[in-house]
Amino acid sequence: MKVILNNKEEVFDVDTLTINGLLKIKKFTFKMLVIKVNGQLIKKSDYDMATVNDGDDVMVLHLISGG
Amino acid sequence: MFFLKQHEHIQFFYKFVPMTFEQVKQILKTKTVGIAGCGGLGSNCAVSLARVGIGRLVLADFDLVEEGNLNRQFYFYDQIGMLKVAAMKQNLFRINPDVRVNTFDIRLCQSDIIEVYSKCDVIVEAFDKAEMKHMILETVHNYMPDKYLIMGVGMAGWGENNLIRSRQSDKLIICGDELNAISKDNPPLAPRVGVVANMQANAVLEILLGTNEHQVHS
Repeated sequence: MKVILNNKEEVFDVDTLTINGLLKIKKFTFKMLVIKVNGQLIKKSDYDMATVNDGDDVMVLHLISGG
Repeated sequence: MFFLKQHEHIQFFYKFVPMTFEQVKQILKTKTVGIAGCGGLGSNCAVSLARVGIGRLVLADFDLVEEGNLNRQFYFYDQIGMLKVAAMKQNLFRINPDVRVNTFDIRLCQSDIIEVYSKCDVIVEAFDKAEMKHMILETVHNYMPDKYLIMGVGMAGWGENNLIRSRQSDKLIICGDELNAISKDNPPLAPRVGVVANMQANAVLEILLGTNEHQVHS
């Protein structure tokens, strides 16, 4: 499947991934993450259930301190 | 999801509206911007918005001005010890006496955010801690989904101009390098903090003056 991940097209050799699966493949291990799929905010408790599919627009945002 | 070439992107989404400063002010004076936090991001963003003639600013912060803030925050040495929101109000009036300023001397929680910022046209996130950034993002997304939220993420240190950027997902706009967290060895300093604060103010203008791609598209 092809997805847009953080504004870049990425190809994965599977048809679907859970959020946790995606985080694992991409080695995103940050603590304070925000994930949006097609504009919809995904709750942390849903990371094992919510999926990413072909054509999805995924935003993975790592919140860091400073301001 | 649309896949458009750059020139198509401009043609379809980006609406350039030429305006004089007088016309800009006419629009901005009817607008209200909420700023959550009056530290490095919030104070500098508020100053820029006051300079261009925003109608009303809604500011919240529980903190006092400290000497250590002056390396990046828009306060003065003789304001040390003052409430940040009170000092900010003074400074904004010295720049533009026409701006209306509502201040809240509170540590914002979810219900405060809804109450304080529900009448704002746009909300600027200017918190220090990642947990607070997360909290306002969830609150706005869940309870005020029609509002634009402009966040500052990653501005510690110095140099690396080209890492600082902005991106958008619906009504969420992120400004910063999304990389440099503050720490003892990577302090927030005026130049980079000011860049991100002003990117946030710039995004506010894009929304309020009707040239933001999401607004034109919707």
